[in-house]
Amino acid sequence: MSGAEGSRIIKREKSIGRAVTGFLLTWESLLFIFLAAVMVVNSLLSKVFLDPANLFDATLNFTEKAIIAMPMIFVIILGDIDISVASIIALSSLFMGMAGAGGAPTPVLILIGLGVGLLAGLVNGLIITRFDIPAIAVTLGTMSLYRGISNAVLGDKAFTKYPEDFGSLGQGYAIAGLVPWQLLVFAAIAIIAAVLRNSTVVGRYTVAIGNSKTAARFSCVPVERVRLAVFAATGLCSGIAAILLTSRIGSTRPNIASGWELDIITTCVLGGVAITGGKGNVLGVIVAIFLLGFMKFGMGVLNVPGKVMNIITGALLIVAILLPRTVESARRRRLSR
Amino acid sequence: MKRILKRRETTLFLSLVALMLLVTLRSSTFLRPGNLNSILNDTCALLIVSLGQFLVILIGGIDLSVAATMAFTGMVTALINQYNPGIPAWLMLPIGAAIGAGLGSINGFLVAFGALPPMIATIATMSIYRGFVYVFSKGAWVLSRDMTPGYLALPSTPMLGLTSMVWITIGVILLAWVFMRYTSSGREVYAFGGNKTAALFAGVRERKVEMIVMTLSGILAGIVGVLWVARYGNAHSETAAEFHMQTVAACVLGGVSFVGGSGTVVGVVIGALFFGVINNALTVVHISPFFQMAIQGVVILVAIVSNTLIDRKTQMKLIARRKI
Repeated sequence: MSGAEGSRIIKREKSIGRAVTGFLLTWESLLFIFLAAVMVVNSLLSKVFLDPANLFDATLNFTEKAIIAMPMIFVIILGDIDISVASIIALSSLFMGMAGAGGAPTPVLILIGLGVGLLAGLVNGLIITRFDIPAIAVTLGTMSLYRGISNAVLGDKAFTKYPEDFGSLGQGYAIAGLVPWQLLVFAAIAIIAAVLRNSTVVGRYTVAIGNSKTAARFSCVPVERVRLAVFAATGLCSGIAAILLTSRIGSTRPNIASGWELDIITTCVLGGVAITGGKGNVLGVIVAIFLLGFMKFGMGVLNVPGKVMNIITGALLIVAILLPRTVESARRRRLSR
Repeated sequence: MKRILKRRETTLFLSLVALMLLVTLRSSTFLRPGNLNSILNDTCALLIVSLGQFLVILIGGIDLSVAATMAFTGMVTALINQYNPGIPAWLMLPIGAAIGAGLGSINGFLVAFGALPPMIATIATMSIYRGFVYVFSKGAWVLSRDMTPGYLALPSTPMLGLTSMVWITIGVILLAWVFMRYTSSGREVYAFGGNKTAALFAGVRERKVEMIVMTLSGILAGIVGVLWVARYGNAHSETAAEFHMQTVAACVLGGVSFVGGSGTVVGVVIGALFFGVINNALTVVHISPFFQMAIQGVVILVAIVSNTLIDRKTQMKLIARRKI
């Protein structure tokens, strides 16, 4: 088929009706519709829901997870996975707690939190890239190890001594005392992630590696260096999340943030990142974060127990993945008839 | 002889024996039959569920819903037992297996017909199944005083010197071994995991393999759920929390590769026993149980790194031997 002929066929495919359904079928717009529905239902259920202060406070429940979801997008696009992120929070929080108990001031605590996170991420990345072991196996090991260290040191005790100004990191407000600091941190990281994904060579590299490592290697993509950097960044962001979370709840226990890794991966997948690698973008995940966050918030207002919320998020995950595919295949079947 | 020595299972088995000897040096009570028996009983649940997990990892997937399935069948059978004590307790095992088969085939359906990757399908169903445990029990616990003595005795009935739980485990191991080695379905699972495209061209049906694997994993978790609840005498929505990760860890330690297609029943059995011995050894030599998780992590990391290094070495040898 010649090029001109091909483009004519493509043009014919793009009739207006199809363009509209095509747009509605993109993942992001589907998520936006879901999100809008959740907001409408929530505001009908509760009169105070749309109050700005209330809305901003609701974000406190999910910004820490959202911060880790940003680098996780890249991890999953690479075709890897990192299930040690919640354990990195535990480890990072442990060292901050130790330093806090020793009387360290807030800036030192921040540096420790970031440093431990980065180091833990580097360890993951180094083992994965040096020995060429599947990321899920390595992070399964470090997931046990990192939280295990926290367990071994703390046992059933907890660190609760932190400097007074440390607490303002995770629960302070900026801009007219309305917007939580956390949300601004997340916004900054999200912008960096979006720029990296859409307008830099690193973003293209991750997609290339996720589609075919071998092909990427033959195209002079520094595969192992990119993977190492992404795992290090995931560790660093887990460190940031650890600082904010520790500051917000004001204590370090070994079971801090337990089970978060699956929540974060769920958010990424719901946001349209293909778990098989090679596909995904930042905007979709951001919408998914707010969708899940506000949905849980709304159910919380309704006094729905956490376990029942999990049924609904689980079902949503399945529906959100199956729905576009079913519609698409139904459309194809109609066309081929 | 050389072939036996070269196998990964042998190395693993030898390190298991070495570990046991090491513990014996520190504590003379370790090798007593009573203690060995308790290790065996403690490891049975992990052994059985890991064999199901093994099948799923073989086809390149992972089943994160096994622990939730256990909680589900445990709770449902405990509730049946509580409100209908007249129903014979042994019937709970087939009921648990049947419910497990149902839950597993839901996973299988999502994977085979919804084309969801097993990891995503089971992340979703794990929260759904656990959520329903909460709904069924209305958030309350079922305690041992609510259960009949027959139900509580399900895993601990002595038979020919061993408990019923150990006999069930031995049966499952034998069945799994025969299934993987001598049935066409078992060979299809290996073929499908090793090279999907080649297997499809050889006439392996993708959906059939995925359904079989996910359903079997559900059945095994379903049976263990009943035994677990009866053994510990309580059922609640957090029963066996995080247990799915332990089953994955046992498979990894047993030399099952996440790339798919490689691993053996014997390897998984030794991998699970390894964890059983470590956990028991910690208490015997008086190390705080809080160290258990960290040690488990180190063991997993050492196992996967050494496995990779050994693999690479043998591959290099093969390449060197080739005449060009």
